[in-house]
Amino acid sequence: MDRPIRVLIAKPGLDGHDRGAKVIARALRDAGMEVIYTGIQQTPQMIVEAALQEDVDVIGLSILSGAHMTLLPRVMELLREHGMHDVLVVAGGIISDDDARILKEQHGIAEVYGPGASTHEIVRFIQDRCRTRT
Amino acid sequence: MDLAQALLEGNRRALAQALTLVETGGPQARALLGALFAHTGRAHIIGVTGAPGAGKSTLVAALAAHWRRAGRTVGIIAVDPTSPFTRGAILGDRIRMQALSGDPGVFIRSMASRGRLGGIARATGDAVALLDAAGYDVVLVETVGAGQGEVEIAAAAHTTIVIEIPGAGDDIQAIKAGILEIADLLVVNKADRDGAEQTVRQLRAMLSLADLPANGWTPPVIAAVATRGEGIEAIAAATEQHLAYLRESGRFTGREQERAARELRLILQETALERVRARVSSSEWDMVIERIVARALDPYAAADHLLDRALSPHKD
Repeated sequence: MDRPIRVLIAKPGLDGHDRGAKVIARALRDAGMEVIYTGIQQTPQMIVEAALQEDVDVIGLSILSGAHMTLLPRVMELLREHGMHDVLVVAGGIISDDDARILKEQHGIAEVYGPGASTHEIVRFIQDRCRTRT
Repeated sequence: MDLAQALLEGNRRALAQALTLVETGGPQARALLGALFAHTGRAHIIGVTGAPGAGKSTLVAALAAHWRRAGRTVGIIAVDPTSPFTRGAILGDRIRMQALSGDPGVFIRSMASRGRLGGIARATGDAVALLDAAGYDVVLVETVGAGQGEVEIAAAAHTTIVIEIPGAGDDIQAIKAGILEIADLLVVNKADRDGAEQTVRQLRAMLSLADLPANGWTPPVIAAVATRGEGIEAIAAATEQHLAYLRESGRFTGREQERAARELRLILQETALERVRARVSSSEWDMVIERIVARALDPYAAADHLLDRALSPHKD
């Protein structure tokens, strides 16, 4: 069935800078996706519970606080506990290349975007991955 | 059906997936709804509508928290508009509902209106049925109050709460929008702002002029500041009184009949169109359209003809 891609955009952790998250939310909306925006200061539990209730295809996590190596693996762990293996998870923020590699290789984050990433690139990545999965 | 069984057993993931299915529609969705139908009819369905920025999400969250404290479970459906240009949507109602996060007695689902067959009213009704079947005591449906679609959603609720804010347009606006006809409860939110008392007075005055049935329900007008929880108890109490009134007066059965009739009508429209499309090839469909455009056939006759064919037992 032809249904829009559903994406949860969340900000785990304590930083309150959600400009980037909102820019991404709009870009995804403009690309025809349904974007559930949950706001700032979300715990991994809150994020995974919202993703479960909303039955999303994708979770986008924006994190600038530096706590990504604790919070992002925790989100992935909770997703696995809930049997939500099929949810695509992408992250954006200030994340070093080394950390990004570990998040992708060891924790199953599909892609990590740094400050210069274009919204185009992110939209296309999500569209491609969601198309090949169905 | 596995999904139906899991949903009835309280599996939240199954409920979420079932919601996705009925949102998309189609034969599978209908089979699921059919299987669950006998388990519906227990929840108190409450519609909450009002202009953008009136404080619907905040009020819904506060009411949900109130009923959770009273030991009742709450399902919430929050509807936001789909962009007609991109088909995308930003659904932001959860932002105001964060306090409910982590409570297993609450289930929140955001829905985009989408440009769908049968309209958003139908999809919302189906989603309500799922939350009802899943055992939620109260189901709150939040919609942007901007047109006919919302009036239809209100028709699907037992109790409809309309939210106004001080100074948001004159009384004529309220009459035009038809909100007085659908409201079982009127809430003047953000009542700490200037002009709140005047808005309350105006609404009461309009209600006193309205042609309400004798011995019927007079919608109360309640002032509230939802962000501070003020007025929430009064709203919850009035909502419960309204349900009690519906039951005692025998109007509950009337509302249920209206709901059932509406639902049947919507399902018939959808099924009829689906059958026609299944029976008629797309090239034939295009040909009919072309003949209509050329004024060789009128659309009413075309519809009659197509329906007859879809309903006839023989394939021609």
